Amino acid sequence: MDDRRFKKRTLLLIAYLLFAILPVYWMLLMSFKTNEEILSTFSLWPREFTWEHYRTIFTDESWYSGYVNSMIYVAINTVISLLVALPAAYAFSRYTFLGDKHVFFWLLTNRMTPPAVFLLPFFQLYTTLGLMDTHIAVAMAHLLFNVPLAVWILEGFMSGIPREIDETAYIDGYSFPRFFVTIFIPLIKAGVGVAAFFCFMFSWVELLMARTLTSVNAKPIVAVMTRTVSAAGMDWGVLAAAGVLTIVPGAIVIWFVRNYIAKGFAMGRV
Amino acid sequence: MKPVNQKAWFLILPVVLCVAFSAVLPLMTVVNYSVQDIISPERRVFVGTDWFKSVMRDDDLQGALLRQIGFSLAVLLIEIPLGIALALAMPARGWKASAVLVIVAISLLIPWNVVGTIWQIFGRTDIGLLGAAVHALGFDYDYTGNPTHAWLTVLVMDVWHWTPLVALLCYAGLRAIPDAYYQAASIDGATKFAVFRYIQLPKLRGVLMIAVLLRFMDSFMIYTEPFVLTGGGPGNSTTFLSQYLTQKAVGQFDLGPAAAFSLIYFLIILLLCFVLYNWMQRVGRGADAAQEG
Repeated sequence: MDDRRFKKRTLLLIAYLLFAILPVYWMLLMSFKTNEEILSTFSLWPREFTWEHYRTIFTDESWYSGYVNSMIYVAINTVISLLVALPAAYAFSRYTFLGDKHVFFWLLTNRMTPPAVFLLPFFQLYTTLGLMDTHIAVAMAHLLFNVPLAVWILEGFMSGIPREIDETAYIDGYSFPRFFVTIFIPLIKAGVGVAAFFCFMFSWVELLMARTLTSVNAKPIVAVMTRTVSAAGMDWGVLAAAGVLTIVPGAIVIWFVRNYIAKGFAMGRV
Repeated sequence: MKPVNQKAWFLILPVVLCVAFSAVLPLMTVVNYSVQDIISPERRVFVGTDWFKSVMRDDDLQGALLRQIGFSLAVLLIEIPLGIALALAMPARGWKASAVLVIVAISLLIPWNVVGTIWQIFGRTDIGLLGAAVHALGFDYDYTGNPTHAWLTVLVMDVWHWTPLVALLCYAGLRAIPDAYYQAASIDGATKFAVFRYIQLPKLRGVLMIAVLLRFMDSFMIYTEPFVLTGGGPGNSTTFLSQYLTQKAVGQFDLGPAAAFSLIYFLIILLLCFVLYNWMQRVGRGADAAQEG
């Protein structure tokens, strides 16, 4: 390996990591400062270290139930997205059929609709169905952008698996469902991991739809956070603490899928 | 070639149903609004294409569109190369790889309104690290008053927020390249650049396509972060398309024009993505042909 080149790359990486971590550090810092200190002084370390903001979140039900609600609909959404996307991605990667390219592009177009466009129609649709303020409503609404993404990512991974594997399995007498579950899915574990992470991520951080479709029972954490803007001004500290806590579930998810991403989809594409 | 099998439709049926339910129905509602003047829920007047005409002539919209295109181009030009470079620099295995992956992914996991809020503080010259640092370097930095600074701040924020998406996708793509390729290259005595150009880049084509299109669409629809950070100001300098749309739809309760605007907006994204998609496919095929030839 070329030594100088290697150093340049490492330098770039370190510089970027610094750039990536600084705003997060600032958020962490804010969550431990009092509101007066946040707004009045510039300091790299809190002068009065306080757990007050975290205490607020963990003792107030409307705060911590926000996390629970978010996790419920994100989980429902991720599971549905993957379940419907897996067979579809298989179909797109293996067969030619009437209108396949058009359907594929049509799916992608759904990822392009600005959420603001759909707010009112969604509101009407889910009110008519009586699903307003339920986890299902938000999970269904988020399918709009997660299903196309999941199909898209999975299709890429599946195309990397040589078709001979399918044929061998059929010759060996596997039925399609058995082959798909016991042979094919393990082969594209990495793709499933990546797709699951992206579904989780996009559903977790989406604000507009989640806020519009919920009021009390299913109110997600992102919507609860907007409450920190009140007549008394912004409660910066609590917002920062809530922000820090929203990273935690995602960080756990990425920790679990990290091996899939790092191992990549090394099977096929030879 | 892939075999023809019409039964494959059964496999994609669930997806089509799901997406049709959550996309086609609402889209039809929007189309319905766009041709009516809705005075109250009971009183509606059919106005045909009037809203479309008035939206197309709207100067503010054209300004927002130009700003939007400029912003999206800047986002792609910075984030795609930076993402590729990062993916190449990230360690391939060991605890370092895990740690770097988690750190890189963090910014993706922060809700968008919090991203805006953090940068709002982070960019202030009196209490924020970025603002204070830029100020200390001798720039008269003020993102709330200076349009250029506001625009740049939104851009830097977006780079911070979304480059990891490109990096993660490329990283997964890079890990997919079998070692045999690299061994062959080192036997041939290929330079680092040649390895990148003739092995890594072609293998990354699939994920790069996803990354470019995703970043393009999402930057074209950016709403929450600039809304929280700058509120679209100063002046109109960071009012992008979706914010303009929301001002219309929510602020003024002009459902008809807002719906017409939405449809035009959607068609613009659709058109640009279609061009981008086909162009990248063509480039990809050209590269394949060149390799085989």
